Amino acid sequence: MSAHAADNAAPVQTGNRGVLTAHGWRSTRLPDVKLLMWVFLASDCMFFGSLIGTYLAYHNRSLVGPFPIDVLDIPLTTVSSFVLLMSSFLMVLALHALRINDIPKFRLWTAGVALFGSIFLGFQVYEFTHFVHAGLTVHQNLFGTTFFILTGTHGIHVTVGVLWLLAFLIQSYVRPINSKDAVYLEIAGLYWHFVDIVWIVIFTVVYLVEFV
Amino acid sequence: MRIGWLWRALPGAALMFVLSGCALEGEQSVFSPVGPLASEQLGLFMYTWYLSIPVFLLVAGVMVYVLVRYRRRRGDDSIPGQTHGNVLLEVVWTTIPVIIVILIAVPTVRSIFRTQSFVEAGDGDVAVTVTGYQWWWKFDYPQYGITTANELHVPVGARLVLDLESGDVLHAFWAPRLGGKVDLIPNQDNQLWLQANEPGVYYGQCAELCLGAHAYMRFRIVVEEQEAFERWVASFQQPVVQTVSSDPLFEQGRALFAQKGCIGCHALDNYAEGVSYGQPQFPDLTNFGLRNTVGAGVLDATLDNVAQWIMDPQSVKPGNRMPTLWAADDPNREQEARAIAAYLLSLGTQQRAADAGNTLAMGALGGN
Amino acid sequence: MAASTNVAKPALFVRPTWQTGLLSWLTTIDHKKLGILYITSSFLFLALASIEAFIMRLQLMRPGQDLVSPDAFNQLFTMHGVSMVFLAIMPLGIGFANYFVPLMIGARDLAFPRLNAFGYWVYAFGGLMIYTSFFLGGAPDIGWTGYAPNTTLSANPGLGVDFYMFGLFISGIGTTATGMNLIVTIINMRAPGMTFMRMPVFVWMMLITSFMIIFAFPPLTVAFLQVILDRTFGTLFYVPSAGALPILWQHLFWIFGHPEVYIIILPAFGLISEMIPTFSRKPLFGYPVMILASILIAFMGFAVWSHHMFTTGLGPVVNTAFSLTSFIIGIPTGVKIFNWLGTLWGGSIRFTTPLMYSLAFIITFTLGGITGIMVAMPTFDAQVHDTYFVVAHFHYAMGGGALLTFLGGVHYWFPKITGKMIDERMGKVAFWFIVIGFHTIFFPQHLAGLQGMPRRIQTYPAGIGLELWNFMSTFGTFIMGIGLVIFAYNLVKAFRSGAPAGNDPWDGRTLEWATSSPPPYYDFAVQPVVNSLDAFWAYKHPETLHVEAIDPRKAGKEYDAHGVHIPGQSWYPILGSLAIIVGSYGLIYDNLVLAIVSGVFFIFTVFGWAFEGVGGHHLHPELEGERA
Repeated sequence: MSAHAADNAAPVQTGNRGVLTAHGWRSTRLPDVKLLMWVFLASDCMFFGSLIGTYLAYHNRSLVGPFPIDVLDIPLTTVSSFVLLMSSFLMVLALHALRINDIPKFRLWTAGVALFGSIFLGFQVYEFTHFVHAGLTVHQNLFGTTFFILTGTHGIHVTVGVLWLLAFLIQSYVRPINSKDAVYLEIAGLYWHFVDIVWIVIFTVVYLVEFV
Repeated sequence: MRIGWLWRALPGAALMFVLSGCALEGEQSVFSPVGPLASEQLGLFMYTWYLSIPVFLLVAGVMVYVLVRYRRRRGDDSIPGQTHGNVLLEVVWTTIPVIIVILIAVPTVRSIFRTQSFVEAGDGDVAVTVTGYQWWWKFDYPQYGITTANELHVPVGARLVLDLESGDVLHAFWAPRLGGKVDLIPNQDNQLWLQANEPGVYYGQCAELCLGAHAYMRFRIVVEEQEAFERWVASFQQPVVQTVSSDPLFEQGRALFAQKGCIGCHALDNYAEGVSYGQPQFPDLTNFGLRNTVGAGVLDATLDNVAQWIMDPQSVKPGNRMPTLWAADDPNREQEARAIAAYLLSLGTQQRAADAGNTLAMGALGGN
Repeated sequence: MAASTNVAKPALFVRPTWQTGLLSWLTTIDHKKLGILYITSSFLFLALASIEAFIMRLQLMRPGQDLVSPDAFNQLFTMHGVSMVFLAIMPLGIGFANYFVPLMIGARDLAFPRLNAFGYWVYAFGGLMIYTSFFLGGAPDIGWTGYAPNTTLSANPGLGVDFYMFGLFISGIGTTATGMNLIVTIINMRAPGMTFMRMPVFVWMMLITSFMIIFAFPPLTVAFLQVILDRTFGTLFYVPSAGALPILWQHLFWIFGHPEVYIIILPAFGLISEMIPTFSRKPLFGYPVMILASILIAFMGFAVWSHHMFTTGLGPVVNTAFSLTSFIIGIPTGVKIFNWLGTLWGGSIRFTTPLMYSLAFIITFTLGGITGIMVAMPTFDAQVHDTYFVVAHFHYAMGGGALLTFLGGVHYWFPKITGKMIDERMGKVAFWFIVIGFHTIFFPQHLAGLQGMPRRIQTYPAGIGLELWNFMSTFGTFIMGIGLVIFAYNLVKAFRSGAPAGNDPWDGRTLEWATSSPPPYYDFAVQPVVNSLDAFWAYKHPETLHVEAIDPRKAGKEYDAHGVHIPGQSWYPILGSLAIIVGSYGLIYDNLVLAIVSGVFFIFTVFGWAFEGVGGHHLHPELEGERA
């Protein structure tokens, strides 16, 4: 009996569980880019966690004002949070539309996400300007430093997301797009939902906790 | 090649045996404890050391055995049995380390609470607030209302309770013969308690990088009999103010102390009656003559050394903040520095000379 | 962005296709070329770090010397630590991973080749950037740990700190990106039949290391960002006069810093787990236990960080907690040592140079582990923290642990990378000089620390017993230095005139030995297929294992029906890295115009990268004369 099993024959029983894709063999059915996005988001958790941890470590340690209760505006921020939350809902609609190949709807909802994201950013800019006029700058006190850097980093994440979605949207006009490209919108969606969840945490830790 | 392994393992092991213990004593050595804290810390190390020896010998021994017994013999190309593992062995050699860890952990945890718990300074304790500056030590005694720098005094057997603060960056207070170190961190109050049961002058050094002249940020702890300590305290509470002396260097030095601007930075209660000069972020020089060292533990406080320090501080402690008060080609600098040194070295000794006339025991005031 | 490879986009750059020459290296995305680049850069930084160490040891040979000023000395130990940890040892592991993980799992590249290239260039430029500080006003002098508030503008107005912060911030991005890349590669691109429990241990270690990287680097990145913001934009994160807490830096740094040492050592563990079985001609003893132990080490590695802070006044309860976790992490580490011994036991041991480095590793790392248990006791650590005892401990663990292993790894894998053998006799001579020199340098340092020598000092008090240890330690640098020179010479000699290695000079166990030496640029002519652990060994020596052996090189023909896809080279990774570096110089020198222009250029490279697509072409190796 030959010590080597058939060298050139059909697939051997090797406990395969993967799939042959256009890019080659893959050991799982998870697209590479999706796995990459999950890994990136896990990393980004630690990034935001460190910034939130810093905010908490310095909470109530500012030597001079303005202090949080002097400047934070819950009603206003509630509205902007709602806008961001709604943008995540629109994101779900956009992805579904692309999956079922409804390109006009996909474009509509994607534009909607970008719009709502921009509105959120508008609220942030307004709030930041208002704070600066009230005397709270990054170098005024520990609250100013930690608040602006934490929410500013989040704002940059939102901005990157908006730009990404706009680029995706524009590209859909420049060359044909269909449901096969859905995974690329899906990872943008994952990123967007993550940014939304981070905002929920920030809103709670920075804003709501102040007024409990 | 095989024998080489034995030669590698044995000298290492031998070295470790020989060098443990007596060869490692010294002025700043963990192996020369003079108090309960340092003794406990050394004891824990020795305990772990003795536990480690069999562990290392086992690993090295097994390795040597394996290399000798299972080396490939010339011309032998056979493939050995492809053993994949052994569950029993895994259990055994996981359990034994767990036991060793428990054996180490139990005394460790006990000692942590014994040595690092917060203490309230009470009667019989000496409380000192230590403030670290680049690159010197400020010592305040709130119980006595006195301030000094770079040399700490404490009675034998008394518990020294230190409140550690920083005036600028991170530092760490470390006097190995009395105990381990704790960091001085801005905006944070740390506590360290130490105790020495033998009189003497003990060495300490900053043990947290504070840039620049970090290597030269040292100090002394003088452990002395209770009476000597009380005299030392009294000499600060009622510092002797002397403005004239039979020593001509004294008067010249005192005058120069003001003329050269020293008095603008350094507080000196011996200078004049009821007047306070200097700034808190520079070393207080009251009773300087009682000190064992100059420059924060860098040089012994002899006339030559102190003069050198005053004349050219950068040559002794590069990077430190003392200004250079004479131009390099100034013909007077040696003599003037010497005069200031003589003046400073006399401060406090008047008290000591006066007390020498009493019949009190001298105690270990230290010396040069 | 979809599967199409030839997108007609208005591109500024024609897609590069050079196969040879300098430009092929600058635009490469091939994991093998990038692996070589990583290894070569690592050795460059290792050489620089060794010179820094040598100067320091000369200064410390006797007390009271002034070969270098205190400020210069502070810069030397800072750059030595930064170079060794961030620029030499960790990238060596990543370089080996880059080259060999795809080969070991039967893949042809990493999952994201351009991201891989970006990770390399950003590391290389970041490292070079830090070194330019020597010529631009002074290197950082804050220690490799850069504690606040030594890094504030008031304590340290010079630019050295800025170079440290920006350079490492940027390098760290590259490392994080590579970690993500490796995770996707190892999870998604294993050969058919290669379940997780059939992966080589080195691959497992890189998977675990990569998870540690992506979780550990962000806190460090945040800490760097905070100091950069403090120094450039006036924020107050570490400004004591505003009430800031310097200890925050230490927490963030060590939440990264402790996993970092496992990030350094786990690839070395993986290498040992390949070399010892190969040179004992037996499989790794206790494979599942080794994997589990490593996973536990990685988890626990995130639970011990405050053992670096035992003297900062955290209190007895916190100190106890971290002391216990630090003891516990020693247990799986010890178990691994025993398993390696168990691998040697009963084997047929060939004393090749790689094996000798592995044996030196076992002894040295065990000693490092023992002193690690000692410093894990807060009571005792109060004495030896920030002394040469700790310096000795981590050099034993990282120098003995990682450096010796990687030197052995060079001997082990050089034949595969170059097709030439390294001279064994000269290799062994270098080995003995290096190992004896190493112990001569670092063993006395334990004793210096115990006799009261703090670290990070350019001179020490005379007459308290430190002279002998310092002299011995410096003497050892000459011995080790000779060894390293012989090692380097031996490598060059092997490049030029080493004996041909053939595919499989060591009778190896894993798939990389199933390719030619060096492998063709497409790695495998046919998609490998496996049905066991140590698949190549199982094929060569089927009588020794109880599996039905298949030829991993031939069994997977139908997986390449469309041909082998070779991804396209690209300018964007290197250009993007350059943009980041130039922008950093702009921020360091307060040149906002330069920073903004670079930022815009960077965004342009991102879009260019996204729209150029994967690119590349398909190959049919068997039609081109398959090289097995």
